[in-house]
Amino acid sequence: MSVSGITRASRAHPGFVASLIHRASGLALAVFLPLHFYALGLALESETFTGFIAWSDQPLVKISEGLMVSALAVHFAGGLRLLAVEFFGLTRAQALWIALALAFALGVGILFLMRAF
Amino acid sequence: MSPLSYLLQRGTAMLMVPLIITHLTLIIWAVQDGLSAEEILSRTRGSIIWAGFYGLFVFAAAIHAGIGVQTILREWTPLGRLATANVGHVFILTLWLLGARAIYAVVWA
Repeated sequence: MSVSGITRASRAHPGFVASLIHRASGLALAVFLPLHFYALGLALESETFTGFIAWSDQPLVKISEGLMVSALAVHFAGGLRLLAVEFFGLTRAQALWIALALAFALGVGILFLMRAF
Repeated sequence: MSPLSYLLQRGTAMLMVPLIITHLTLIIWAVQDGLSAEEILSRTRGSIIWAGFYGLFVFAAAIHAGIGVQTILREWTPLGRLATANVGHVFILTLWLLGARAIYAVVWA
């Protein structure tokens, strides 16, 4: 197999896709964090903060917030997968299923909490 | 990634597992009836527990993000080891400062 053939084969591997998704979601979170902290710091001036929260109550901002929450959940599940592979000696396939199961369980738990309160 | 960076990256990841579960749960619970400044501040104001929670979260997330950014720059840009390390360190410091300001603002101001 040629070198480029090996590269292509490795890129078709689910682990490669998982690592790309992990990196993209992590990068998005890294860009978001300074803005998130800055926005919360606006609470130093109560009127500015109230204005900001009111501003955030529009569809595009809500969709962006939803994407960031998803990025956090995706990065969290991918991170659990990575920790399972590196520290608990699981195969990548096992780790992927465990991460998916944990993410599902967390989702169910959160949905329960939403209904419970 | 240096051995120290690797350990810090994985260590902060493990530390953040319960913090992220709490954060995600709180986000989804809190936005149910819409978000208001009063609602956020009534939860956090004067609370040493939330100050400690977010303090730990900011501390770990900043290190984790700084090392991540450094690794991505090292692999995806022509920047050298020293330049990417500098960017990573400045990123961590910036997040610590902005994070500390945010916590001060929602807990004590």
